Amino acid sequence: MKFLQNFGEYILFLKAVFTKPEKLKIFRQQIITESYNIGNSSYGIIALISTFIGAVSTIQIGYQFEGSLLPDYLIGRIVRDSNILEFAPTITALVLGGKVGSSIASEIGTMKVTEQIDALEIMGINAASHTSFAKIIGGVITIPMLVLYAMILSLVGGAVSGWLSGIISVEGFVKGLRTGFVGYNVVFAMTKAYTFSFIITSISAFQGFRTVGGALEVGESSTNAVVYSCIGIIFFDFILSQLMLF
Amino acid sequence: MIIVENVNKTFGNKHVLKDFSAKFYKGKCNFIIGASGGGKSVLMKCMVGLITPETGSITFDDRDFLKLNYKEKINVRKDIGMLFQNTALFDSLSVEENVAFPLRMFTTFTEEEISDRVNFCLSRVNLINLNKFAPSNISGGQKKRVGIARAIALNPKYLFCDEPNSGLDPLTSRLIDELIKDITIEYQITTIINTHDMKSLFVMGDNIVFIHQGNKWWEGEKEGIRSSANNELLAFMEASEF
Repeated sequence: MKFLQNFGEYILFLKAVFTKPEKLKIFRQQIITESYNIGNSSYGIIALISTFIGAVSTIQIGYQFEGSLLPDYLIGRIVRDSNILEFAPTITALVLGGKVGSSIASEIGTMKVTEQIDALEIMGINAASHTSFAKIIGGVITIPMLVLYAMILSLVGGAVSGWLSGIISVEGFVKGLRTGFVGYNVVFAMTKAYTFSFIITSISAFQGFRTVGGALEVGESSTNAVVYSCIGIIFFDFILSQLMLF
Repeated sequence: MIIVENVNKTFGNKHVLKDFSAKFYKGKCNFIIGASGGGKSVLMKCMVGLITPETGSITFDDRDFLKLNYKEKINVRKDIGMLFQNTALFDSLSVEENVAFPLRMFTTFTEEEISDRVNFCLSRVNLINLNKFAPSNISGGQKKRVGIARAIALNPKYLFCDEPNSGLDPLTSRLIDELIKDITIEYQITTIINTHDMKSLFVMGDNIVFIHQGNKWWEGEKEGIRSSANNELLAFMEASEF
């Protein structure tokens, strides 16, 4: 019952968010700022994580290939598909769910408990839209770009770790990358990326906006934003995989 | 003028405002006083539209706020300036951007016109050379003054001040009082001040409403307070050592 109530409140929040902005010029500036903030604060950690995921997956697949009759270049193919289909979009989204999600929830939550949201409402501004719309659009623009970036770096990481550990040569890895490439897999990954970015930003904004109380409640909202974003990501990962891959 | 008539507001079983009626006059500093939990903040939130009362009317110069549609309410809200207890300045914006915010949202001013208006409002509250500072880097008194500058940026007809002196030293409190009084008279604003500070009341109060347990217990000019036979009001005054 509580889930239904929360879900209803979330839908009403989205209805309030997706309204025509008061001033398009300010809205455009907000989108640029939010996109920049999300991208600029996240590209480093995404580079680190995706490179190492690519590297580790190459080593682990190489370990399973050891002593088998399968050609080495298939390591590159498996690393490519596993990273494009799952690791890059999902792990990136989970990391950003923690990083961007908590940031959005705590920023809006702090605005709520320090009466900044009330100040907007009294001025006659739709506070839900003003605080959240640009963050959602900024996230939907930037997070898929970070996922693409993570895909590329995970493959680079895989090739480098294969070469450094002697599991597979760079040429062999690249041959694997080019074997049986299915463009639809990238479409699937980007569909997931857009879905996850909407989940992260909208759930986090909602959690921040419903904060009532003080510093303790801002912390709770931030934690809830991360938890519910991660649950949403995993759930829609399953749904989209089922719908789009079979 | 703002007229509040027969306003009732309950939260669960708690009847916070009981058939409350009062008038707040143009060009005057109208004070709402009373003990904590008496309904002052709820009344103010009802008046600015943050809380909707169950019954009654709140009329801003012939515009019954509760009966207006969404767009009409926004038009009334553009006439309202509010100084919050904790200033509610936007953390992500500098001092000048905070003051410029309502101008950017609601006017078609050019950047030059906005800059002129911002500088005028900041100089009106005696703040100079702080334009680029973040709100976190200025003092409590300066934040209050930025809050007043933001509140008057759009030339409001109604100014609401929630505990304008809380957290300020006595000297700064008096400066803020004088500023609010001057602005009220200069621009003929209907100013409503919610406070516990009785010194402010006696310095600048014109019309006083004493609220007790959700009821209007007393209303009148400050000169009448001391001669009032209202026991709760006198007890409130004695507790304030006046």
